[in-house]
Amino acid sequence: MSTDYYREGDPVADTKAPEGPIAERWEQRRFSGRLVNPANRRKLRVIVVGTGLAGASAAATLGELGYRVANYCFQDSARRAHSIAAQGGINAAKNYRNDGDSVHRLFYDTVKGGDFRSRESNVHRLAEVSTEIIDQCVAQGVPFAREYGGLLDNRSFGGAQVSRTFYARGQTGQQLLLGAYQALQRQVAAGTVDLHTRHEMLELVIVDGKARGIIVRDLVTGEISTELADAVVLATGGYGNVFFLSTNAKGCNVTASWRAHRKGAYFANPCYTQIHPTCIPQSGDHQSKLTLMSESLRNDGRVWVPAKRGDDRHPADIPEAERDYYLERRYPAFGNLVPRDIASRAAKVACDEGHGVGPGGLGVYLDFADAIKRLGKKAVEARYGNLFDMYERITGENPYERPMRIYPAVHYTMGGLWVDYDLSSNIPGLFVTGEANFSDHGANRLGASALMQGLSDGYFVLPNTISDYLADGPFEALDEDHEAVVAARREVEDRIAFFLNNDGDRTVDSFHRELGKIMWEYCGMERTDEGLRKAIGLIRDLKDEFYKRVKVTGKAEELNQQLEKAGRVADFFELGELMCIDALHRTESCGGHFRAESQTEDGEARRDDERFSYVAAWEYGGEEPVLHKEALEFEYVKPTQRSYK
Amino acid sequence: MKLSLRIWRQPDAATKGEMVSYEIDEVSEDASFLEMLDVLNERLIAEGGDPVAFDHDCREGICGACSLVIDGQPHGPQAATTTCQLHMRKFRDGDQIDIEPWRAGAFPVVKDLVVDRSAFDQIIQAGGYISAPTGTAPDAHAVPIPKQDADAAFAAAACIGCGACVAACPNGSGMLFMGAKVAHLGLTPQGQPERATRVLGMVAAHDEAGFGGCTNVGECAAACPKEIGLDVIGQLNRDFRKAAARAA
Amino acid sequence: MKPWRSNIGLKIAMAVSGVLLVLFIIAHMAGNLHVFEGREEMNAYAAGLRSFGEPLLPHESLLWIMRIGLIAAVAVHIWSAVVLTRRALHARPVRYASKKPARGESRHAVATMRWGAVVIVLFVVWHLLDLTWRTVNPVKDIHDAYGAVVAAFDPDRWPVTVFYLLALVALGFHLRHGIWSAVQTIAGPNTKWRKRTQAISLAVAVVVVAGFAIVPLAVTFGLVS
Repeated sequence: MSTDYYREGDPVADTKAPEGPIAERWEQRRFSGRLVNPANRRKLRVIVVGTGLAGASAAATLGELGYRVANYCFQDSARRAHSIAAQGGINAAKNYRNDGDSVHRLFYDTVKGGDFRSRESNVHRLAEVSTEIIDQCVAQGVPFAREYGGLLDNRSFGGAQVSRTFYARGQTGQQLLLGAYQALQRQVAAGTVDLHTRHEMLELVIVDGKARGIIVRDLVTGEISTELADAVVLATGGYGNVFFLSTNAKGCNVTASWRAHRKGAYFANPCYTQIHPTCIPQSGDHQSKLTLMSESLRNDGRVWVPAKRGDDRHPADIPEAERDYYLERRYPAFGNLVPRDIASRAAKVACDEGHGVGPGGLGVYLDFADAIKRLGKKAVEARYGNLFDMYERITGENPYERPMRIYPAVHYTMGGLWVDYDLSSNIPGLFVTGEANFSDHGANRLGASALMQGLSDGYFVLPNTISDYLADGPFEALDEDHEAVVAARREVEDRIAFFLNNDGDRTVDSFHRELGKIMWEYCGMERTDEGLRKAIGLIRDLKDEFYKRVKVTGKAEELNQQLEKAGRVADFFELGELMCIDALHRTESCGGHFRAESQTEDGEARRDDERFSYVAAWEYGGEEPVLHKEALEFEYVKPTQRSYK
Repeated sequence: MKLSLRIWRQPDAATKGEMVSYEIDEVSEDASFLEMLDVLNERLIAEGGDPVAFDHDCREGICGACSLVIDGQPHGPQAATTTCQLHMRKFRDGDQIDIEPWRAGAFPVVKDLVVDRSAFDQIIQAGGYISAPTGTAPDAHAVPIPKQDADAAFAAAACIGCGACVAACPNGSGMLFMGAKVAHLGLTPQGQPERATRVLGMVAAHDEAGFGGCTNVGECAAACPKEIGLDVIGQLNRDFRKAAARAA
Repeated sequence: MKPWRSNIGLKIAMAVSGVLLVLFIIAHMAGNLHVFEGREEMNAYAAGLRSFGEPLLPHESLLWIMRIGLIAAVAVHIWSAVVLTRRALHARPVRYASKKPARGESRHAVATMRWGAVVIVLFVVWHLLDLTWRTVNPVKDIHDAYGAVVAAFDPDRWPVTVFYLLALVALGFHLRHGIWSAVQTIAGPNTKWRKRTQAISLAVAVVVVAGFAIVPLAVTFGLVS
């Protein structure tokens, strides 16, 4: 089958997924997978790209097991990977609260929260492993919040009915990452892990169909080098920066994943992006990133906009009768606590209709006046003081006196490289963990699940599943003169030379901003057939212009931050195009993907399980990618339409 | 607003650097300090010049990458705020602003405002961890930890490893960074078995990396964007004294 | 690296020797106040120091023990200071182009500890020449401590008094930071106790400076003659 923008290929299947009762599958797979004799592990080399939760935990654990690990990150220290910025918490089915939680309930909630677009087997394993993660982190000294009795505190998060979220103030990601980072540094000291900071992976080396290495650039000297190994693990995070403005760190990029994709790895569900409803709005054209404000603010804040369009009075001068508390009005049962995707879209609707506040009318109020009246300023300060301070630092406005302005922003990408149950991509020897893969969150990720998945993959899943592949190793010895290696290296050098020699007149950032605007406008919170087609055309035009006009100063053999950005933005163009094609082909609405054509009469998302209960795994095909469908089956959680009325 | 900037420019580690002046106009007071530099860089590229290199990543005050000494103060004039969270409304129209890299023997300049902070990683490698190989952990509730210890451990663990403490210290000492980790791990029961070897190892790595000693002047704590206090250095001293006495 | 050669090891050496010197200084200050009791008592006190423990111990035993202890403490104190200062200069080889007001809890100490130490060393040399060996003091009779003090701070020798007071100011600043710094190095107090130690430090410094200063001032202004 062929359409305007893509071809459909053969279906793809997860051949590693065990069958049988779901609660036994993980144990069964660990037993059926082959092992590597401890003495042989020393002979096996594994490359791990990325040092976030999924990368650092994998590298450390593989090192502990005795493999020889080479670990790479583009940051100046492994500790700075963007997992560090996660605020909320980490879920685990410990049932420490005796409130009815269980592995099965966490599994159920996660499949449902993912809007029935994830694999049951994977999610169940995630829920099983979740409890071990907490044990592991506590043993490492992670200072989770505790109660006066000395036991771990839990809170309910993101509308969950049970308290299963473990947290360390608003810095859970930081503390978990430091735990993994320290475990990693311990292995560096032990000599099992070679850690290379300020190195960026620019190409994947495939020899005889197997992933055998990577080409990296030393970001300080510009030196291009080759690292060869028996397996490659990508733990390179999400691609939210395709939107330019997102809550991601400035350096987050898709290049490692995209290079693997271009070499044959399938990219699954790229259109599933999570837009977080409570971010600080943009203040002007200089804006470089958006800052997330914890979701917990919605527990006490009330969201509203002026009922009259374009009302630019000071919020305090707008009487109650002229305010529209639209979440409370539209979703009386959940009110301000509706899930992220619903809250985000409602804000967009309010602003699109002209009710937005602040610069450009892109903001809604999150008002604490009632909470302050009810609880007192002290209590509000105790709960949210640090967030209020952060808001004031960034906006210069005092949220105790004037309602906060918030607006949705891109936060997390559920899509990523396609992997099977073993976290192996369709390229043998290429494994993908954490946000970089697609497997566990379906079309929407629940709060406090990203940290769980990153650590689950890195500490417990990958180290167990990779041995089945490595049991065939060590693979034939390679040297850097092998034609595949030389070719990969030449591709990198040519690309760098192109950028530096291009006689352009526009900066990389100016293109990135423009691409981001297109993505946000047409492939953001609400997508339409017409808009996506338009976007694909705009992206292709802009991409052509990028290659004609981009200007990169400086040399290859030095720290050159423009050169780094140019390569990343070039890959974002291609990814952006694929995201739009994926969004275009999926004519249903599900989770983070809302197609305006597929909504109920009162404006809610309408899923189409008949036609779209599958994973869209895309094979690279230039301007005509190939779609491989992996059918999703639900034996344990029956798909239902979500309702928060 | 209009600003005069003096920025340290240095092409690479081997070449001598100097302060270079730039004028920048129409800076929004809502812009962050780094966004102001972004605007400057866009202009420099357009003019065919070399943009200013600086480290940054999360731009929300937690990754610890940003590292500018602004008017002589690491992370600039606003207390408890990293450079990336500093906004231009803290400055006035017509201000002259000096921007320099972290200065310390252990943090050599890589380029312009970018320095090499890998010495911090070396300190952690020398013992800044708890040996708990994956899979060996008992149940998380096996050992209760008094809330006040857990809170104190968290406060110390909030360190973002930015190096402002070293940049502020007249002796180029990394004691606040090291003390924060020693205090964090030393306050947990899991950290006890390695407490003595940890502090001895980290102190040796700290000195070998070329950091200076502490003279307790407190500039580090005043510069710390996470408000880590001198008590962690006290704890470091105490742990070291006990460990060294036992080792002797 | 042996632990005691580390920065913290040297700091502990500096702190312990410093504590010994502080104790000596307080005793010395208290002893000086005998001058207000008159010539007989002052000289008797001085003689008592020499004959302490006799006949069980030889003459000047206490003084020699003190002298050896002091020399050792001063040597350790200065040696560790020199090594640490050299390391510090190495650790911070480049200055900032931009000057800024210091913000630290003990910000004054940046200047006062090292420069103050130089002033104190110069003063101690003069002090030994003047009141111990009497090289520059008109009263050569070592049994007349009182006379030597009166002669040393004679109004005509006012620059000596000024130098003495100047050195005391340096000492005061040195103690104000040095005492709590030593406690921080040896004992590592928590925040509450650190603040208390800082207050005690300041109090000791004030008392020591006042106790020492009162003697030359009394002589210079003729209250003791």
